[in-house]
Amino acid sequence: MNLGKVVGCVWCTAKDRHIEGQRLLLVQPITPELRNTGKRIVCGDATGAGAGEIVYWVRGREASIALAPAEPPFDATIVGIVDSIHIKPPAEPPPAPPKREGRHPKGKAC
Amino acid sequence: MILARVVGTVVATRKDPRLEGKKLLVLKPISPEGNDEAGYVVAVDTVSAGYRERVIAVAGSSARMAEGCKGTPVDTAIIGIVDDVRLD
Repeated sequence: MNLGKVVGCVWCTAKDRHIEGQRLLLVQPITPELRNTGKRIVCGDATGAGAGEIVYWVRGREASIALAPAEPPFDATIVGIVDSIHIKPPAEPPPAPPKREGRHPKGKAC
Repeated sequence: MILARVVGTVVATRKDPRLEGKKLLVLKPISPEGNDEAGYVVAVDTVSAGYRERVIAVAGSSARMAEGCKGTPVDTAIIGIVDDVRLD
């Protein structure tokens, strides 16, 4: 699944009868940091997403399964509206153990 | 799905028998603003699209879900003729 932002919509009058009644939205793929990445695509909508919303969408055969039982011929479908994204920063290396000083290797006094 | 413009047709005499009677069109992918993008794609037409019309094309195994394409060796199909694209 991929993150995206709804940036528009598409109207069709003449269309495959299997997609009648389905909403077609333009989605701009984005990174988790909300930066645009890649070309805008046309997606079906299984969630009722609106303009400007951050969503996640599936690509491939699964896109039509998301709209079961109608199963329209879609290869990209919005399946969720994102509330928030949390990214954990990369873990820092553990601190080096403190060095011991002033000790003889064998523990005897000099 | 992608937005595309019909720029030509493909004629093939020798072909898979399951493709007989199917109209094949050459599509040029376009941006939502209508500008041409890179590449071309050949698609089966299920909606009687015409030359220079903007269409929606579906790719991959979902293309076989289009009208009349069940069980056919098709990976791109035109499923709609675009009336309008609105950018918010």
